[in-house]
Parts: sequence; C-alpha cells; structure tokens
Amino acid sequence: MRSNDMNQTLVNIFFILASAACIFPFLLLFIASFSSEQSIIANGYSLFPSEFSLEAYKYLWSNFDSIGRSYGITVLITAVGTSAGLFISALLAYPLSRTDMPLKNTLSFIVFFTMLFNGGLVPTYLIYTEVFHIKNTLWALIIPGLLTNGFFILLIRTFFRNSIPKEIIESAYIDGASEFKIFFRIVMPLSLPILATIGLMLGIGYWNDWFNGLIYITDSKLFSLQNLLNRMLQNIQFLQQTNLDGRGQTANLPTNGVRMAMAVIGIVPILLLYPFFQKFFVKGLTIGAVKG
Amino acid sequence: MAHTWRKVWKTFWRYKALFLMLVPGMVYLFINNYMPMFGLTIAFKDINYAKGIWRSDWIGLKNFEFLFISKDAWRITRNTILYNGVFIVLNTVMAIGVAILLNEVRKKFLARFYQSVLLLPYLISMVIVGYLVLALLNLENGFMNKVILPAFGIDPISWYTKPEYWPYILTIVNLWKNIGYLCIIYLAAIVGIDPEYYEAATIDGATKWQQIRSITVPLLMPTIIILTLLAIGRIFYADFGLFYQVPLNSGPLQPTTDVIDTYVYRALITLGDIGMSSAAGFYQSLVGFVLVLVSNLIVRLKDKDQALF
Repeated sequence: MRSNDMNQTLVNIFFILASAACIFPFLLLFIASFSSEQSIIANGYSLFPSEFSLEAYKYLWSNFDSIGRSYGITVLITAVGTSAGLFISALLAYPLSRTDMPLKNTLSFIVFFTMLFNGGLVPTYLIYTEVFHIKNTLWALIIPGLLTNGFFILLIRTFFRNSIPKEIIESAYIDGASEFKIFFRIVMPLSLPILATIGLMLGIGYWNDWFNGLIYITDSKLFSLQNLLNRMLQNIQFLQQTNLDGRGQTANLPTNGVRMAMAVIGIVPILLLYPFFQKFFVKGLTIGAVKG
Repeated sequence: MAHTWRKVWKTFWRYKALFLMLVPGMVYLFINNYMPMFGLTIAFKDINYAKGIWRSDWIGLKNFEFLFISKDAWRITRNTILYNGVFIVLNTVMAIGVAILLNEVRKKFLARFYQSVLLLPYLISMVIVGYLVLALLNLENGFMNKVILPAFGIDPISWYTKPEYWPYILTIVNLWKNIGYLCIIYLAAIVGIDPEYYEAATIDGATKWQQIRSITVPLLMPTIIILTLLAIGRIFYADFGLFYQVPLNSGPLQPTTDVIDTYVYRALITLGDIGMSSAAGFYQSLVGFVLVLVSNLIVRLKDKDQALF
C-alpha cells in the first residue's frame, strides 16, 4: 500500500499545481485591481504590488452612471431571457415528449435539424436588422441565438420522457384536466431539476453574452456589462496601435488598474453564486454527457 | 378523400392544446434558425439596400469567385482546420488524463474541489479571458514581460504584434477554458466502468498503469470516438470569442488568428462587404453540414444509439 500512498501524494500535487494554474490569472486580476497605478506602471501586473490602492474602484464609482446602467441591462436581459427561454423550451419539449402526439417525429426533426445546419452570421444579421429592425433595441440582446436551441429542448424532452410517468398524465386525463392544466400543475413541478439545469445554462449564457451587443448595439445606453467591458478592452488596443502622441491619458481613458477592476466586477456575481450552482451544473453536464 | 381529411382535422382538434404549446418555440426556431437558412441565398445576390434583400439582383457565383481568388479563403480555412484539429486532439488527451487522475483522488471532497476549480474558466466570458490574457501579455505591464521573461534574462516581447506566438497562446487558452467541462464528461464515463474489472486486474498483479492501458482506455473508446467524431463534424466552426477577443482584434496577428468566423464577422460588420462575408458564411455552412452528416453517419455505422439521429 506504500506505493498507493505515494501515488495519492503525486496525484494531489498534480492537482494542486493544476488548480493553481487555473486560479492564477484570476488572482492576478484581483490583486491588480487593488494596485495603485504607479505600482502597475513601475512593476507591471504582479501578485505583490508595491502599493495598494482603491483608486481603480473609485474611478469606477465615479462612472456609476454607465457602469450601473450596463449592470442593470445585464441583470434585466438575464432575468427576462432566462425565464422566457425556459418557458418556451419546456412548452415546446412537452408535446414532443408525449408518445400519443401526432406528427411528433416530423416535428422533432424540424427542431433538431437546427442543431446540424446553420444559416450563419450574415443571413441572421440581415434578417434581424433589415426585416425585424431590432438593431439598438433591447430585443436584440434577448432574442438572437440565446433564447433557446435544439440542444436544450432535447435535454428537456428526454427528461420528460424518462421522469414523468405516463400514468400520472393518464389519471389526470381521467379526472378531466385540460392539457394546459396538466402541463402547469403536474409536469412543471415534477421537472424542477431539469428546469434548474437548463435555467442555469441559459442564465450563464445571457450573463456572459457580448456578441449580440457587439453586432446589434451601437447606442451606449444599451450596453450590457460584458459589452461595455468589450468596448473598453478594444478601445485600449486601438489606441495603443495607432500610437497617439503623449496625450494618451485623456480623461475618458481607463487606466490599467481600472481595466482590471472592471473585469473584476464582471465576474464577481458568477464567482459569488458559483458554490451554489456548481453542483447543479456538474450534474446537468453529466446527464447531458450520458445522452451523448 | 373527404373522410381522411375529416380524420386529420379531428385528430388535430383533439390535440389542439398540444399543438398550441408548440407555437412559441416553433415561431422562434423559424425566425432564428430557418429564415437564415433561406437567407443563405444572399451569397448569390448582389445586395443593394435600396432595393432590399428580396429584390436585389442575382449574380450567381460572383461572390464566391472573389472569395476564392483572394488568398483569404485558403488562409482562413487552413487556420480554422489546424486550430480545431489541434484543439480536438490535445483537449481530448488532456481531459481523459485529468479525468483518470481525478478518479484516483481518494478524498472525495478534494476531488470535488479540484473539479470546481478546473471548471471555473469555462463559466466566464471570453471578454474577461481577454482581460486576463492582457494582464499576462501586455507589452509594458504584463506579467510575462515584467516578471517571467526577466527571470530568464529574455527581453520583453511585443506579444500582440507577433503572429507566430499565437497558435500556442490560443491553444493554451482554449485548453485552460475547456478542460474542466470536458473532464466532467469523461469522468462520467469512467465512473460508469465496472469496478470488478479493476479488482480482477489487481488480483492478477497488474500495475495502475497497466490497468489504465488495458481497462480504462479501451472501455472509454466508444465515448472518445463519439465525442471526437462529433467534434470533427464541427471542425469548420471556430470559437469566435476565442479568436476575436483574446488577440484583442489586432490587425498584425491576423495571418495566424483569422478563422472563418472572424473573417465573416469582419467582412460583414467592419467592412460592410456583404458579398464576401455571405459567400464565406455559405461556404462554412455547406462544408460544415456535409462534415456533420458524414461524421454522424460514421458514428451511426459504429453504434446506432450513439448517433445524433
């Protein structure tokens, strides 16, 4: 058993190193956001800054208008998008899961075919902007690409098929309940696990989305948090590349520490909620993995 | 004839509630997925906003001519396939290795802790990843240039203007981001292996390494093959976020970081060249679809249950 103990130690050492490698960038981010600008310019981003300071966060606070606004936008679209997406997905998955549903194979094919073939960015963009005119509206952050997809519907349908006994539905029929009543009063309450899993994936998708904002939004009043972060990141690079004269530090140009602080506030909610939803997420992925 | 139609109507009416439930989702899928599919025809048109999409002229394969005459088509195709190919191989090998090791950790709460940490990068957005990489690779202040390189006596490198480093950088970032997620999937498969195999092997005196080689890997093969084939089916689609955000959309890096997805994006949004971007997008959708069909067919031939359809 001695070799077994040594194996254990080695394995644990490997994971401690791997974990450290995974966490290191985050640590750097955090500590840099609390470093003074002087210390960053002098010594670069470091785990051990020469000087701590809250100036980055003070700058963010002074910009509360735009940052608070983008936070609000992100929270709004996450809440609305997740609930609407869950509702629509479950509503679509339910008839497909019923064995007595006519045309269910054709309908299922129509739904799942979307996972195989894709129109691509150009048609999607043109349709949303030229036909539906959602450019620079909140709809652009909620609807395109994120509301639901074949994969989520597949997972929910599988859950309905495997975990909702036919007998329950049949006996509800006999009792004279309508389809909608059955769906909302019986099926939904029984489906909390899958709803939580899909809801989580939807929520993270919306929280992290920057792409829709990138292509559909130019009005700064509608920037989501990630979108704002994105613009700031790109802005710096653009300025560095075009090599401005010594007047690089304009009043609006976020400094190094501020960039890090912005990123920190972008991930703090996820980090805070992580312990709570981590179990669900892993479980959901495992179920999804078994399906293939 | 009338008798059948009446039957159809009766069935539909009986299930009207269920059909009604389908409506919101189907409408969304129609707008979000099917309309764009029909919109692929844009690649064969010369879009004129004054005339609108529907009335613009058909110009046949002209857009494709432009696309393939320029060297762009080869470059973005090569980049996309090479990167994705490396990602598939490297990520698979590493994920299996980590999953096997994770399975070996005796204290389960430790295993869960490690898994949580490894999963964390997967949950943050690519924009944040862009910031993290910036903290490391920034020319004046980055951790690499200020701390690591000086420790080896190397001069600072201008990372964001030198294309040759980026295949490595992007591969590492992609691995860092996805290992936690892949690991969970393979771990689920490993946990499903009957422990009796291992017990019998231990009795026969096999070492851990031998057990891994003769039990774990062969029994994982179905999962590995499925996942790999599915990934190959998607080899024409790159992770837009990775290739756009992390290099900070830097021009000089494009020879090695431009993939089909970023090319389509830049052509459409930045240059407003609908012709080139729609042709490239069509090219991607078509080849991607064929690859998905072929790879799924192969999966189906191997093991019918595992296929997507």
